[in-house]
Amino acid sequence: MKIGTPKETFEGEARVAMTPASAKDLQKLGHECLIETGAGALAGFSDADYKDAGVKVVKTAAALFKEADTVAKVRAPSDAEMKKLRDGQTLISFFSPVADEAKMQAAAKKGTTVIAMEMIPRISRAQKMDALSSMANIAGYRAVIEAGNNFGRFFTGQITAAGKVPPAKVLVVGAGVAGLAAIGTSTSLGAITLAFDVRPEVAEQVESMGAEFVYLDFEEEQQDGAATGGYASVSSPEFREAQLAKFRELAPEVDIVITTALIPNREAPELWTEDMVKSMKPGSVIVDLAAEKGGNCKLTVADEKIVTDNGVTIIGYTDFPSRMATQASTLYATNIRHLMTDLTPEKDGVVVHDMEDDVIRGATIAYAKEVTFPPPPPKVTAIAAAPKKEAPKELTPEELRAKEVAEFKQQTRNQVTLLTVGAAALLLVGLVAPASFMQHFIVFVLSVFVGFQVIWGVAHSLHTPLMAVTNAISSIIILGALMQIGSGSWLVMILAAASVFMAGINIFGGFMVTRRMLAMFQKS
Amino acid sequence: MDFGFTTAAYVVAAVLFIFSLGGLSGQESAKRAVWYGIVGMALAVVATLLGPGAGLWLLSLVLIAAGGFIGMQLSQRVQMTQMPELVAAMHSLVGLAAVFVGLNAHIEIGRVAAAFASAELPFPQLDYGSLTGAAKDVASEFRGFAAIVAKKTGVEINILRVELVLGIWIGAVTFTGSVIAYAKLSGDSSLLPFSVDTAAKKLPGGHLLNIAAAALSVICLIWYLASGATLPLFLLTLAGLFIGYHLIMGIGGADMPVVVSMLNSYSGWAAAAIGFSLGNDLLIVVGALVGSSGAILSYIMCKAMNRSFVSVILGGFGGPAGEQMAVEGEQVAIDADGVAVALNEADSVIIIPGYGMAVAQAQTAVAELVKKLRAKGKNVRFAIHPVAGRLPGHMNVLLAEAKVPYDIVMEMDEINDDFPDTDVAIVIGSNDIVNPAAQDDPNSPIAGMPVLECWKAKQVFVSKRGQGTGYSGIENPLFFKDNTRMFYGDAKASLDSLLPKID
Repeated sequence: MKIGTPKETFEGEARVAMTPASAKDLQKLGHECLIETGAGALAGFSDADYKDAGVKVVKTAAALFKEADTVAKVRAPSDAEMKKLRDGQTLISFFSPVADEAKMQAAAKKGTTVIAMEMIPRISRAQKMDALSSMANIAGYRAVIEAGNNFGRFFTGQITAAGKVPPAKVLVVGAGVAGLAAIGTSTSLGAITLAFDVRPEVAEQVESMGAEFVYLDFEEEQQDGAATGGYASVSSPEFREAQLAKFRELAPEVDIVITTALIPNREAPELWTEDMVKSMKPGSVIVDLAAEKGGNCKLTVADEKIVTDNGVTIIGYTDFPSRMATQASTLYATNIRHLMTDLTPEKDGVVVHDMEDDVIRGATIAYAKEVTFPPPPPKVTAIAAAPKKEAPKELTPEELRAKEVAEFKQQTRNQVTLLTVGAAALLLVGLVAPASFMQHFIVFVLSVFVGFQVIWGVAHSLHTPLMAVTNAISSIIILGALMQIGSGSWLVMILAAASVFMAGINIFGGFMVTRRMLAMFQKS
Repeated sequence: MDFGFTTAAYVVAAVLFIFSLGGLSGQESAKRAVWYGIVGMALAVVATLLGPGAGLWLLSLVLIAAGGFIGMQLSQRVQMTQMPELVAAMHSLVGLAAVFVGLNAHIEIGRVAAAFASAELPFPQLDYGSLTGAAKDVASEFRGFAAIVAKKTGVEINILRVELVLGIWIGAVTFTGSVIAYAKLSGDSSLLPFSVDTAAKKLPGGHLLNIAAAALSVICLIWYLASGATLPLFLLTLAGLFIGYHLIMGIGGADMPVVVSMLNSYSGWAAAAIGFSLGNDLLIVVGALVGSSGAILSYIMCKAMNRSFVSVILGGFGGPAGEQMAVEGEQVAIDADGVAVALNEADSVIIIPGYGMAVAQAQTAVAELVKKLRAKGKNVRFAIHPVAGRLPGHMNVLLAEAKVPYDIVMEMDEINDDFPDTDVAIVIGSNDIVNPAAQDDPNSPIAGMPVLECWKAKQVFVSKRGQGTGYSGIENPLFFKDNTRMFYGDAKASLDSLLPKID
């Protein structure tokens, strides 16, 4: 199978879907690799590098599309590239099935199989091919760097001979992959970092990265993020109001705002309103990572950096990953390579497009002349559902009370049944057995009862000492032997003597061992 | 001394024994509890020696002293890792003693009956306390236990026989069972005429043989009650010995903790049965205490393994239906340097010890590692599965021996939720108790067994001798997980190579 990567035609796109390193790995899977001349130039990979890695360099895009069985690229195909696609070919690239619906239909009609990288399901197994995450990671990092580039002060607070510098205050809105990467970068540069997300369960992750989570004073039944595959969903108007109020309060304080809030297949929500921008200090920077989808701030102009009248810089670049083309290409190419590994299970260069596989099925949007979007829900849920923990809390006091009463009744029933059966059994025995036996029997039953009660309280860690102690105590059998040893019969005496001897070993051995064990337990 | 003193001493001893068991609820009070037990035992022995029925003081004391000497030697020499074997071996002594005491009771009945017969008097006498004339003279010739027997009525003699049969039978099962358990635990069958290994084995016929032996026992009991002869008692003892042997042979090594505590329980019931036949309340009380405590312990452990008690006792797993999930992926090995780097970077570490740690005697090396990590301010804890090792609480004892503070040693339920926040989990010589198949694979033989969810930690290191399976003989998907690295080698050697690299 031949895998080819053309030069990206999109204006300003510097990434490339194949690197010399990934090509080597692809060849190990039995594939042949092709690349259009100059495809890696902007990402720092020369044609010579590719040649050294055993990649065939093809002169034109047309020739590449003609020869390759699988075309791997970064951006969704342009109209010109769409024409070059042919029946039986596989295209792997970012390809939004919503925004590029017409192209998807066209590709399906042609018979091209399309695997859209953004459709890779978010399950653990597919993380290695999750290009959205690896690109978001870069975007988050780069957003902080761009902000720093446009911010006139240090990130970290310093007290120097030339005066005191306060630390920068950074607010990250949306703690997805990009948000978390931004938080990590920002904290490691020394800024005070605040972070907000509509999913309260990510507070822990935020705090683990060293940022402070901004909690809203708002009670609402939050939809569990796990249900939507780990992405945020649309929130209620009341919630939005509370959120905006909080941001208004924070706006005058923060120096840098990085917004990353996106909802899949929707316009980006407006979170940073015009009045917030106005209340910010001059020199502040806003980096809007949602610029491509309209921006979290309405003042954002996609692909541009603007400065407002009150001196706030708003960065609306949409090509953060492309600005770090080498890094982004390496990660993206690795994602592609992992995808190809899954597509070539036998490592013999034969692509098996398994539509039963959750990951491959989910990412395929056109297959066998049919549009296969949207995919059926994956068999494996992305994140183990957490609601189990919340369930008990939701019980109202009345329900709790009812539950307790029910449990109490059940216990009473059980105990009464046991007692009745036990008492009846005792009575039956009493009817038959003589009084002398019954006396001992009562002692026996009570002892069993005491034993049961006492042992439940024994600490788990002390079970081995418990066993050693009960072992020692069970040599109480020595009493029986002692009572018999004085008998007139020789045989009895010998057997009893042997018993006394063995029990003696047991008594001393058992107790000594227990003491030895217990002496070892010590507090720190 | 009269009965009153003995009984009073017995009451005190019984209370002391109860305190002794109850005191084990906490580490500190446990130290006191052992002394209660010792004093109780001393009191019981002295009271019996002084009380009615005992004789040959000197011989008794000498024998106790000799036995005690051996016992103390044993207890001081034994390695903490051999504790399970020692406990099993000691159970066999109690079992055998119970058999002997039971046989004695039978012989005494025979002697009394013979004496009555030679005096041409019926035995047993019809009514209690109405020994008159000649019968009284015959009875007065007997001392101790025989004197009590002589006064018994017909129904009482029959009950006595049932009791002593129970005592002998349970004692016999305990004896051979404990011997086999010892051999399985120690892996040493040099003292036995046959070889024993940890695998579950049954003779051809399986459970049928056990049932046949049990049926034979019942027949012998009826026969014995009817005739009072020695032969059925002898056969019955043999049947008991066989059941003990065959039952425990059929149980796999992984279930040995349950077996040991079950045998513990049996030895208690045997003592209680003997107590009935001798009419000794203290024996009954203590036997019942030991019996019930062993039973509960077995129950707790079975629950921890999610196994039915009955199926453990009868040997073998409950037969899984359907095919087990195949394990995908490969085991990735790592060397000491890699582990050291991860440990140096980690903030929180959880160590999961298992039987492999005990086998390799690695507990001191583990303790040393923990000390080093803790000195660097890391949060290091131990997660102990209820059935880790071969005895309940086995790991706690070993770690205590290595002077690991017990407040960082956690139970499964206490720590299982903490794994997702843990940087590194180290599995040392455990396998089945960290097997995710118990949760993921409904067809796994251990499905439903609670396990330590160590795979939720960011990184897992498994110190393991080789690629073999655990005691239950099933594949462990943990070893194939992306965040798992295998640290092959003997646990102690591995840890020793790791220690200098921690700084």
